[in-house]
Amino acid sequence: MHIKEHPILAFKRGRRVEFFFDGKKMWGYEGEPIAAALHANGVRVLRRSIKLNRPRGFYCAIGNCSSCLMKVNGEPNVRVCVERLEEGMVVGTQMAKGDLSRAKANPISSSGGGSGIRKTDIAVIGGGPAGLSAAISANQMGAKVTLLDRNSRIGGQLIKQTHMFFGSEKQYAFIRGIDIADILADKLDKEMTDVMLNATVLGYYREDGVLGVEENNRFTKIKPERIIVATGASEKVLAFPNNDLPGIYGAGAAQTLMNEHGVVPGNNVLMVGAGNIGLIVSYQLMQAGINVKAIIEAASKIGGYWVHASKVRRLGVPIYTSYTVKKADGRESLERVTIWQLDKNWQPLKGTEIDLNVDVMCIAVGLSPLAELLWQAGCQMKYIPELGGHTPLRGEDMQTTVKGIYVAGDVAGVEEASSAMVEGSLAGLCAAKSLGYDNGRFKELREEAINELMNLRSGPVSEGMRKGLEQLI
Amino acid sequence: MIEKTGVPTPQDLWKVFPPKERLEKGPVAIIECFQRIPCDPCYTACKKEAIQEFEDINDLPQIDFEICNGCGLCISRCPGLCIFIVDQTYSETGVLIKLPFEFLPLPEKGEEVDALNRKGEVVGKTKVVKVQNGRYEDKTPVISILVPKELSMEVRNIRLRKNND
Repeated sequence: MHIKEHPILAFKRGRRVEFFFDGKKMWGYEGEPIAAALHANGVRVLRRSIKLNRPRGFYCAIGNCSSCLMKVNGEPNVRVCVERLEEGMVVGTQMAKGDLSRAKANPISSSGGGSGIRKTDIAVIGGGPAGLSAAISANQMGAKVTLLDRNSRIGGQLIKQTHMFFGSEKQYAFIRGIDIADILADKLDKEMTDVMLNATVLGYYREDGVLGVEENNRFTKIKPERIIVATGASEKVLAFPNNDLPGIYGAGAAQTLMNEHGVVPGNNVLMVGAGNIGLIVSYQLMQAGINVKAIIEAASKIGGYWVHASKVRRLGVPIYTSYTVKKADGRESLERVTIWQLDKNWQPLKGTEIDLNVDVMCIAVGLSPLAELLWQAGCQMKYIPELGGHTPLRGEDMQTTVKGIYVAGDVAGVEEASSAMVEGSLAGLCAAKSLGYDNGRFKELREEAINELMNLRSGPVSEGMRKGLEQLI
Repeated sequence: MIEKTGVPTPQDLWKVFPPKERLEKGPVAIIECFQRIPCDPCYTACKKEAIQEFEDINDLPQIDFEICNGCGLCISRCPGLCIFIVDQTYSETGVLIKLPFEFLPLPEKGEEVDALNRKGEVVGKTKVVKVQNGRYEDKTPVISILVPKELSMEVRNIRLRKNND
């Protein structure tokens, strides 16, 4: 079902078009992801697993996880959570690995071989809050930037954040994330930054520092003097029986579906995780008119901000701490979840099981940095649970152990969007300065950013964060 | 307990409630913020400077109840939606509460709605006195409701009745 009325959002939709799913005629809006159109038509099973033929749906909804691969116009392995719907598209459930022999040849063309290497001062990879802030600051210093994003628009995950941000005025406090995306996009210096959309950075060549990029089915090479990696993070999964049933989604995926694409994820939701994402997405599900049956949290305390918890409690949503998922059930997609209580040693207690009839379970158990490019570049990485997993070692100026490669935002340790923006500015300033660019205010702005980060992280809620960062810098 | 339930205890609430004498004097803001988090828009929203400047952005808000006139400009500026206005002098029959409400449909002036407590339980019914939903509120409408005095420190949300049927 498409959302008709929303208290915060107005959905801009394309024209109504027909398409085909497994031979059946359906309709959707042109330009919405195929998975969103299918979901609105009640289709949640997108493919069958390779060995056991199990039903699978999407999980991340932003092109990370490959759970949603389908056959589109004869071509298998298309990520339908990001592939846009076109009139007359023929979409099919993908069985196992899909069959390439009948697919139309659609080779990626090269943009002109070795001579076609584009040069730029700084390549910023990822156009979310960190990447945008990095580009803005680097421009301010005088450096030219190429900003790459694999999506068809910039803003990263800000564009689904309908809630007001915390922090102070400098980090756009009390402005909604969706509006911050617009503010940052406006601040970009269009003369100084070349924005490449639908552009996926495929690899980094250590030998000559070249980035291989696929942009709208064309292969391009970029040789930047400096690189700022701001690729963000992806949602973690949770292990329990039947955790692959369609209807079990990352909390951010449900948020993408309802807030970006205007499609309701289901009718009754169980939220797993009472961190900020779990609490905020629960509230936003209620705003979209969806019933949240409960929020469960394995820890003995609510991890997110208490004000967010109080907001959902006032709506009548219960929060069960020290509870986890025992199992999920459903024939083709999720129908029921059994939860049970954990004791002090995190061991489940028999006899405490509760069955909940829900068609959607959202998993909000944390994010992990999308650090593939950093691994490839040979950056020294360290496993730091407080920061979401493997995180790059870096200096105060956000430079990794590989000279010329900087990081900012969740890829540098999962944190709030407010600090991602400040980290981005810092990385942009320092990368530009290292190339000799300075508008005369470098010292002052760098110091300001470092102080802002220190202030944001000085409270009790950032204790884990601080402990984690101590091991990195 | 709030760290387990999301619901402040009476002990938590006593720390942020204005004294009885101040409540009897007229409208005043109650900031139900109990955790040190990096956030300070309530300070910048307050035109009377009743909410004091934050030395550390993680500080809990400090409000001078004698300066606060209960104007309510802070309600829709709080990202935590935890600021409420209580006016015990509003009328003979009831206390006026102003609260943030980001849901559709919005109630209409004069509409009878359910009054909910901090756990989302229905504790009575109430009448909507005013709906502020202008540019300033920026999609965080402020609803004024009238409740009996004994519920004035308990009611913190509303639910439209047609939704309930």
